[in-house]
Amino acid sequence: MSLLLQHVRKSYRQPEGDLLPVLGIEHFELARGEQAVLLGSSGGGKTTLLNTISGILVPDSGSVIVDGRDLVSMPEVVRDRYRASRIGIVFQTFNLLPAFTALENVLLGMTFSGRTVDQAFARELLERVGLGHRLHHRPSRLSVGEQQRVAVARSLANRPVLLLADEPTANIDPANQDLILRLIRDTCRDHQVSLLMVTHSMEAAEQFDRIERLHEFNHPELCHTGAAR
Amino acid sequence: MNLLLIAWKNLLQRRLASSLTALSIGLGVMLMVLVLVISGAVETAFTQRSIGYDLIVGPKGSDLQLVLSAVYRIQPPIENLPAMYLDELRNDRRVVTAVPLAFGDVTEDGSFPIVGTTDEYFENEYLPGQKFSFQSGGQRMVQLFDAIIGADVARQNGWNKDDRFSILHGGAEGSKHDEKFTVVAVLAPTGTANDRTVFLNLDGFYAIDGHEKPVEEIEKRLRDFYAADADRLQQALTELDDYRRQLDAQEQTGTPAVAPRAMQEVTAVLIRTRPETPFDAISFSADLQKGFQAMAVNPIRPIQRLMTNVVGNVQKALMVMTGLIILVSGVSIFVSIYNSMSDRRREIAIMRSLGAGRHHVFGIILAESALLCTGGACLGWLTGHALAVIASPWLIRRTGLLISPWNISPWELTLFPALAILGILVGFLPALTAYRTNVADALSQ
Ligand SMILES: Nc1ncnc2c1ncn2[C@@H]1O[C@H](COP(=O)(O)OP(=O)(O)OP(=O)(O)O)[C@@H](O)[C@H]1O
Ligand SMILES: [Mg+2]
Repeated sequence: MSLLLQHVRKSYRQPEGDLLPVLGIEHFELARGEQAVLLGSSGGGKTTLLNTISGILVPDSGSVIVDGRDLVSMPEVVRDRYRASRIGIVFQTFNLLPAFTALENVLLGMTFSGRTVDQAFARELLERVGLGHRLHHRPSRLSVGEQQRVAVARSLANRPVLLLADEPTANIDPANQDLILRLIRDTCRDHQVSLLMVTHSMEAAEQFDRIERLHEFNHPELCHTGAAR
Repeated sequence: MNLLLIAWKNLLQRRLASSLTALSIGLGVMLMVLVLVISGAVETAFTQRSIGYDLIVGPKGSDLQLVLSAVYRIQPPIENLPAMYLDELRNDRRVVTAVPLAFGDVTEDGSFPIVGTTDEYFENEYLPGQKFSFQSGGQRMVQLFDAIIGADVARQNGWNKDDRFSILHGGAEGSKHDEKFTVVAVLAPTGTANDRTVFLNLDGFYAIDGHEKPVEEIEKRLRDFYAADADRLQQALTELDDYRRQLDAQEQTGTPAVAPRAMQEVTAVLIRTRPETPFDAISFSADLQKGFQAMAVNPIRPIQRLMTNVVGNVQKALMVMTGLIILVSGVSIFVSIYNSMSDRRREIAIMRSLGAGRHHVFGIILAESALLCTGGACLGWLTGHALAVIASPWLIRRTGLLISPWNISPWELTLFPALAILGILVGFLPALTAYRTNVADALSQ
């Protein structure tokens, strides 16, 4: 199993001081290599969920088990490195670091995992997303679609077990949307990577075998039963 | 990719801001290097043994002024001594050599100092163990208006053997002496003030029209000088009376009057005592201390005093100022990096999402400011020394100051660690901001 959420509670402290419950998930899992799409209304907590799974956010309670280890109980330093080696992330926009070329952005993805940097694999990934001829271009010289393809390549650089994608095609023209979606799905399949993708596009969602609606398994009101952190 | 390389790429991304801040540090360091090189040169120039004599005798007054004018030729001389006194010094058993110097005039071209002296000056060592040699011309001032010139004078004025030139009285404009002098020899470079000096035959110096003072003035001076030595005073007054009669006769019959020894003066006397009895120099100057109106000065000591009291403090003040300039540049680096931090929140968040720890982003920002500081320092250090190389021929020509452009003072060795520390101090707060970045918030922007 790639991902297992148990009794996860997450609420935000509002500026006024009271708590806004966002996540209350009793059980959620994703098998190795499984691909699921996550649908939900705006402000429903999709991004919060992805950030909790990646360890960028720590839930108030519960456990987030990725590839067999619970992120919540890890010290932050260990969690950061664990994220580097197990989880790939693609955001909606501005994924890349402007100071680095496409290739360097991918290599940077390898830098913090503690493993040796694999130049050949980085090139292979970029070729795979059709950017073999753009290796040394900086993000400012790449189209938005190309940037997003670099981000996809980078998210797979450490051969993760889990790829989290937060509306990766929302800012891209329809022709490219399909291309990138296919790219993500195909590479995940080829590398046995589990995929959890947030989208607002029904057209995209329909391609997935497993479609999850957040409000069906998320019950924020559960936060009130346990003490919030 | 290691953190240093990442920091470097980030700096390249903000090329203009980075190079400007590094430049400001570099300018500060360059100024500091120049201050160090030049003050180092001043210090060695003035504290080294700069003359091959043990003592300089001159009229009582400022010992510093005596040394600056007799050795470095950069001060107008004080009073004069009677030439009779030179004869006395020569008779002292402790004195091996006594070389007279008379000065006060400058050349019309280039305003080089004029020194009247005897051939003895060129036979003796100008620095311990160093004898004069000549790059052209004969070696003696035979004729009254013969002159020997230093290497810089020759180069700068384009003078060579057999060239003729005029001199100005007391350096004043418009009071050109009528006499023309002829170059008979050019000295090889010595690296001392001799290179900038024009030497005249002492007798020629006396013979210059207008150099002879009125008999009354001389008499008054001799009465002062020899107030405690009735015998010598009497002898001098007799000579002066005789000379007055000659001058009267000259007006009536035209028979030229010959100035007696009592009429002649020297400005300073260079003394060498016997090396095997070093105590001679001490007892000699102690004797002069007691006596009339002359003093014997060790040529190094007043200069050392000047160095520590004045030049040393000026150097310190300049060092503090350049240090402050570097500090201000440090603050500008701080401002530049700190300002960029809000734009870079998302970049930092992306790195964190790629698995970089807080300590990684902290280290990257710190490395950026350390790179700027040490990079700027290297740049400034190199340009400082390069400027010293370029300026050194000019400096020698203008001031006679011989600088060693690549001489590295111990201060400079502390410069690089100090700037690395400055970089770390300056980068600390921005790095802390990076360390504290809330990743989820920054990503949602
Ligand atoms: N740092 C925060 N502090 C307080 N409230 C927050 C914070 N971040 C998000 N929220 C709130 O939590 C709720 C969930 O936000 P989240 O970004 O997870 O929603 P989302 O499903 O990703 O929405 P969208 O589809 O618009 O991206 C929202 O109501 C949001 O206002
Ligand atoms: Mg969202």
